[in-house]
Amino acid sequence: MTAPLLQVRNLKKYYPIRKGVMARTVGQVRAVDDVSFDVYPGETLGIVGESGCGKSTTGRAILRLEAPTAGSVLFEGTDIATLSAGTMRRLRTDLQMVFQDPYSSLNPQIRIGDLLAEPLIAHHRLGRAAAHARAAEIIQVVGLPKLYLNRYPHELSGGQRQRVGIARALMLEPKLIVCDEPVSALDVSIQAQVLNLLKDLQAEFGLTYVFISHGLGAIRYISDRIVVMYLGKVMEVGTTRAIFAGPRHPYTEILLDAYPEANPHLRDRPRIIVEGDVPSPAKPPAGCVFHTRCPSAQAICRTEIPQLTSDDHPVACHFPLSASKTVEAVG
Amino acid sequence: MAVAGLVIVALMVLTAALAPLLAPHDPNQIFGSFEAAPSGEHLLGTDAVGRDVLSRLIYGSRVSMSVGVGAVAVYVLIGVLLGLLAGYYGRWVDLVIMRITDVFMSFPYFMVILIMVSILGPSLLTIIAVIGALAWPMVARLVRGSVLSIKQTDYVQAGVALGYRTPRILFRHILPNTLSPIIVNATFGVAQAIILESGLSFLGMGVRPPAASWGNMLSEAQSITVLSSQPWIWIPPGLMILLAVLSINFVGDGLRDSLESRSYK
Amino acid sequence: MGSYLIRRLLIGIPVLIGVTLINFLIINLAPGSPADLYLTPTSTSADVARVEAELGLDQPIFVQYFHWLTRLFHGDLGVSFQNRAPVTELIGERLGPTLLLMGTSLVIAYLVAIPIGILAARKKNSATDYSVVGASFLGISVPHFFLGLVLIYVFALELGWLPTGNMITLGRGGGFADRVNHLILPVAVLATATAANMTRYVRSSMIDAFGQDYIRTAKAKGLGRSVITSKHALRNALIPVVTVIGVDLSALIGGAIVTEQIFQWPGIGLLTIQSIGARDYAVLMGINLIAAIAVFGANLLTDIAYAVVDPRVTYA
Repeated sequence: MTAPLLQVRNLKKYYPIRKGVMARTVGQVRAVDDVSFDVYPGETLGIVGESGCGKSTTGRAILRLEAPTAGSVLFEGTDIATLSAGTMRRLRTDLQMVFQDPYSSLNPQIRIGDLLAEPLIAHHRLGRAAAHARAAEIIQVVGLPKLYLNRYPHELSGGQRQRVGIARALMLEPKLIVCDEPVSALDVSIQAQVLNLLKDLQAEFGLTYVFISHGLGAIRYISDRIVVMYLGKVMEVGTTRAIFAGPRHPYTEILLDAYPEANPHLRDRPRIIVEGDVPSPAKPPAGCVFHTRCPSAQAICRTEIPQLTSDDHPVACHFPLSASKTVEAVG
Repeated sequence: MAVAGLVIVALMVLTAALAPLLAPHDPNQIFGSFEAAPSGEHLLGTDAVGRDVLSRLIYGSRVSMSVGVGAVAVYVLIGVLLGLLAGYYGRWVDLVIMRITDVFMSFPYFMVILIMVSILGPSLLTIIAVIGALAWPMVARLVRGSVLSIKQTDYVQAGVALGYRTPRILFRHILPNTLSPIIVNATFGVAQAIILESGLSFLGMGVRPPAASWGNMLSEAQSITVLSSQPWIWIPPGLMILLAVLSINFVGDGLRDSLESRSYK
Repeated sequence: MGSYLIRRLLIGIPVLIGVTLINFLIINLAPGSPADLYLTPTSTSADVARVEAELGLDQPIFVQYFHWLTRLFHGDLGVSFQNRAPVTELIGERLGPTLLLMGTSLVIAYLVAIPIGILAARKKNSATDYSVVGASFLGISVPHFFLGLVLIYVFALELGWLPTGNMITLGRGGGFADRVNHLILPVAVLATATAANMTRYVRSSMIDAFGQDYIRTAKAKGLGRSVITSKHALRNALIPVVTVIGVDLSALIGGAIVTEQIFQWPGIGLLTIQSIGARDYAVLMGINLIAAIAVFGANLLTDIAYAVVDPRVTYA
């Protein structure tokens, strides 16, 4: 088995809650709480979960756009969480990001051409003219005409802007691209085009993706493996096929159940109804974070945190579902 | 209104630049007839020492324009730098800079300028330096506010992710997006600086005679005789100040409308 | 809210220290030394050293600052170089007329600005609105001293209705009517800029308020215009207006200096000009410090008032 390109180990990101005269820290929001996973070269790892589950924070921590509270992020064996600012800056050429909002991720004052050429100029890879020539090549790679180079971001549509965002991430020829909800802000008809573009680019440039989304459709379409997150914790990790065929965590099952086309032959089956809201990450439940809403919670779930199993389909549950996928089996 | 203002401002800048060509006389040349009423020779008459009022008025525009532009350039520079640093670095940098800003905002502006000018000695350069050194807090606050919101945007985060150095992020990606409110503030600031200079010169703490400034021309009207019977000496410079300040304010207002409506788009 | 208040006050402490420190540094920057008071042109350098030692001037600057601060807490602002009177006494004499002038101007400015601003906002883009906007631009653009001179020229010299300056008619004056007569022109000058500025704020914040959804809801409910204006729009429009009061005090003090000079109004402003003429820095710094503390206090009150008036502002 090849060595992982990226290893996330026990990553934690807590945000302090400050109150009172001296702004004392009275609590913490546990946005990401002890998350570990590997990403292998050439694959697409999907991270899925509801909004607020910490998947975007995880993505930002991988790129050190957020400083982790604890844990490590090893890129090709180097822990980027502890690198000096200068070393990190040079390493950033290998790690890029595609942002969710194609409107706010492009500086409105800068023409597309300059926007694309800038990374090469800033890192002294190429001179001004050569950088612009390269920008002209890349913009065609992402499926936009060269004449857009002279336009400002606001003259482009959302889908076109997202293509520019992808092109910008490609300029430095990175090894890993974190795609943070790259299609969520786009019209459904455009989403497929952008996903296909990402797939084509992966094949062409040998890219590795961490693909973050709350939409199961996009995740299933693009991911080789999937990490399911809930309240800052990893619930389940598995290949796309394994997870969609037989989720092992009750939360994953509920997530898939809410996804309309997931199991067409089971459509008449009664829906699993989940009660209550997602608890606040400032006050996560004791034991398994999901026990407050879990249909199959037992006494142990309220007291003991389930650890991620170390088999080929890891799950963090005291009572994982069997692969045959029947609710009664655990009940 | 803004267009009319712009035309007048342009004319005044032109007048200041071309003063030697436009002025009928040397502004410091003393003619035999002092306090003479307007005539063909002296369109706006002569002042108490016998100098041509119109020529002094034309040369006076140089003082107003240079104080306006000079002082604003100095304080915008200081304010932008401090605002960028405070907003971008946050934490204790922000804390220290904002407290200094509070200190400067607590001083009654005109009084401190008056005192500083009296200590340093009144001159054109002193006025520019003192206004420049004191008037930056508003700009710093404006810039800091914009930076705080802009640094959260994805395009700044993208800059960090792309491995850009901090100066590139600050000056190429953040600063240009904070400019609209600064431009508006600076325009009103030019008008303010002109009023300040004329006020200081009026009180004898600004540009000193024999150099001509609209403010020191007006100070002659502190004598009741000049005020009551020689209106040609004090009304023209007063009107010029009013016209200059009013036009610049109109330009500023127009800029604000257009820049603000654009940012809503 | 309570903790915000305390924090805001705590933040004020370093600012206040900064204000006194800068004030102190400017005094030291100024030519002349407090020792000059006790010396004559014939004093020898030994005399100079002795007096400086007595006054503590030979000590490090931060020690001097500390001594100065201690004296400040006891209400001692030093002694005027010009007439050897305590600075606090000189300022005390002049404070009344200045407060009268500034207070009257402020009240008049608000009495004029608020109704006119509301009127302009309600008739937005009408001839009335344009005249108000034009007039307010004129008001913020005219320098105090030019307006003062024009008013003296017209009302005192040409028409002879009002006095050219001073607070009372010398010799026979002092009655209420006489005082009011002397007050009219300076107040008109000082109130103009404030009123003009305030009108613009009231107008624009009222226009903003009228455009809000809750105003449209109120209209849809069939509430009358005056109810909407007074109950809904005004309340919210006054929030930004409150903040301007603090900022305005600094401008008002500047205006008062020039206005008092033109009208020979015997207040702090005139004292400032006279002290500058005499290079009496002890007096100047005393005035400056008191004015700075006043502006500081106004800024503080504005922030607090803002938090009180606007329930939406929460301070964690």
